[in-house]
Amino acid sequence: MRIELDVALTHLTSRRRQTLVSLTGVVLGVAFFLAVSSLMRGSEKDFIKRLIDNSPHITVSDEYRAPEVQPAELRWPGGAVQVSRVKPQTETRGIRGYREKLAFVESLPGVRAAPVLMGSAVLTFAGKIQAVTLSGVVPAKMKHVTTIEEKMTEGSLDALAANPNGIIIGRTLADRFNLRLGSTVSVVSPAGGSRAMKVVGIFRTGNASYDEEQTFTLLKRAQALLDRPNRANRFVIQLEDAYQARDLALRIESTLGYKAVSWVEASEDILSVLLVRNIIMYSVVSAILVVASFGIYNTISTIVMEKTRDIAILKSMGFHARDVRRIFLLEGLIVGLIGSVLGLGLGLVLMRVLAEITVKPPGVTELVHLPVWWGPEQYALATAFALSSCLLAAYLPARKAGRLHPVDILRGAT
Amino acid sequence: MSGVIVAEHLVRRLTGEVPVTLIDDVSLSIGRGEFVCVMGPSGSGKSSLLYLLGLLDVPSSGRVLLDGEDTSRYQEDELANRRLSKLGFVFQFHFLLAEFTVLDNVLLPMRRLGALDEGAARARGQELLERFGVADQAVKRPSQLSGGQRQRVAIARALANDPLVVLADEPTGNLDSAAALNVRQILRALASELGKTVIAVTHDSGFATAADRRIGLVDGRLHDAA
Repeated sequence: MRIELDVALTHLTSRRRQTLVSLTGVVLGVAFFLAVSSLMRGSEKDFIKRLIDNSPHITVSDEYRAPEVQPAELRWPGGAVQVSRVKPQTETRGIRGYREKLAFVESLPGVRAAPVLMGSAVLTFAGKIQAVTLSGVVPAKMKHVTTIEEKMTEGSLDALAANPNGIIIGRTLADRFNLRLGSTVSVVSPAGGSRAMKVVGIFRTGNASYDEEQTFTLLKRAQALLDRPNRANRFVIQLEDAYQARDLALRIESTLGYKAVSWVEASEDILSVLLVRNIIMYSVVSAILVVASFGIYNTISTIVMEKTRDIAILKSMGFHARDVRRIFLLEGLIVGLIGSVLGLGLGLVLMRVLAEITVKPPGVTELVHLPVWWGPEQYALATAFALSSCLLAAYLPARKAGRLHPVDILRGAT
Repeated sequence: MSGVIVAEHLVRRLTGEVPVTLIDDVSLSIGRGEFVCVMGPSGSGKSSLLYLLGLLDVPSSGRVLLDGEDTSRYQEDELANRRLSKLGFVFQFHFLLAEFTVLDNVLLPMRRLGALDEGAARARGQELLERFGVADQAVKRPSQLSGGQRQRVAIARALANDPLVVLADEPTGNLDSAAALNVRQILRALASELGKTVIAVTHDSGFATAADRRIGLVDGRLHDAA
């Protein structure tokens, strides 16, 4: 191997300019691969973090994934008689025995959960009407499963806990209705319940429709207004490890029977868009390395063409075809290795520079740094791709060199 | 037939639209320590015969026995191994690797064979260069040497792995008369002093006078030597 390495190094160093051009291609390819992928991964991670932080990791609702099996089907499975116009029994919606079920969920390790009764209501104030989503919550539990407390611009969840007739509304609704902390609004539910409620908190999430339509009140008050005593129709669950959500949701659903949707399932469409985006990104940055590999192909092909006589000599001396192939593969590998090492260094510098850049996205008041993220797998991927490209680029001329017949060359030379 | 290198009914044909017979039923035997010149006009098949005897080319029919081994059943890698350990080549245009020093050129076959460690290989390389009067050129590149010096380095490289047979293809064809005489004397000494079998292709009749035997070749067939 040493002799092949010597010959390979000699070939490369004797063609400094060509080697340098090939090397520069690989260095830039690897560096841009790292920089672009770190930006994409950074934005992806940032997006998923926001997704995880701002939405429940698991939501258990009072629905079933599969429709309830009717008694006739249970009695005569696969029967030829079809019972038409079957009407499910009318019942009060909600999770039955929610306290026991909540206790089970809370008993799972690394899980925090809060019951919610969510329903529609109409909020009226000074002749203005707004349909809202009324969520009855337990403030002490809600604090630990959502970021709503952090989004409060006025008032707090504690104020809601202290006031049975309190309501928390969004900033958009407050601005539209000209409501302030302490204002009294009227809330009417489709069940016929009506109550005058005092604004004890105003939140702002930045999502205009959420800030206009979402309201929070105490669970007990919501149960009374919506006429669903002792019911909750949602469990909002937060996990210590958000990435366990899918497995845990399955477990909860199989135990409770109610539909449990993890954030992964709820955001499948967005996550699939991220996947497509990643494929596009890796295709684009890989193209840089593919272009760089053409430089290597060009250099090594030229060396093979110029060195046919040397190849004939080596073979006449007793070098095998595989020894000759190895020489040219080593040339590709050397360019790939050195290019990767230098490219990783340059990539690191680029990533640090990118991480220092600040931008002000629309709707955000503060300057934020570009989301850049890098991990060992990116370095490994960039290096592996660069080395594969270089080896592939070297393989074709190496194979040609290995196939050269010394007699053909010697006859031509004499 | 007995000998270090034996050819039995060698035929080499090039197939194609117009088939060409380069070597036509050549049989010969060359003994250990013999200096043989293959002579003939251009296109007579001298180099083709040398390539067949040197296991660089494979006969269309017939066989070559090297040191008693029938090489016709060998694959390419095994032929390469025999070339490495038992044969040494000297060509008309020296064919030294331009980017390597003189010593490194001589070391190449030894490093490939791997029979000697680096220190022993360097010592042998230096000794070979001394034998042929080019030891002081060891660290130079071939381009810095005269034609005669380059050919002496090529001979040193051919002897690197202590081969049984040295095959030379027009070794003096590109040299002035003084250098040609020097190379001729060296090849003669290889046979008579070191016991190497030397097979040289030439159409220089002066060179051929140094040989123990001259083999004539015309149109690929053996012919009485001129």
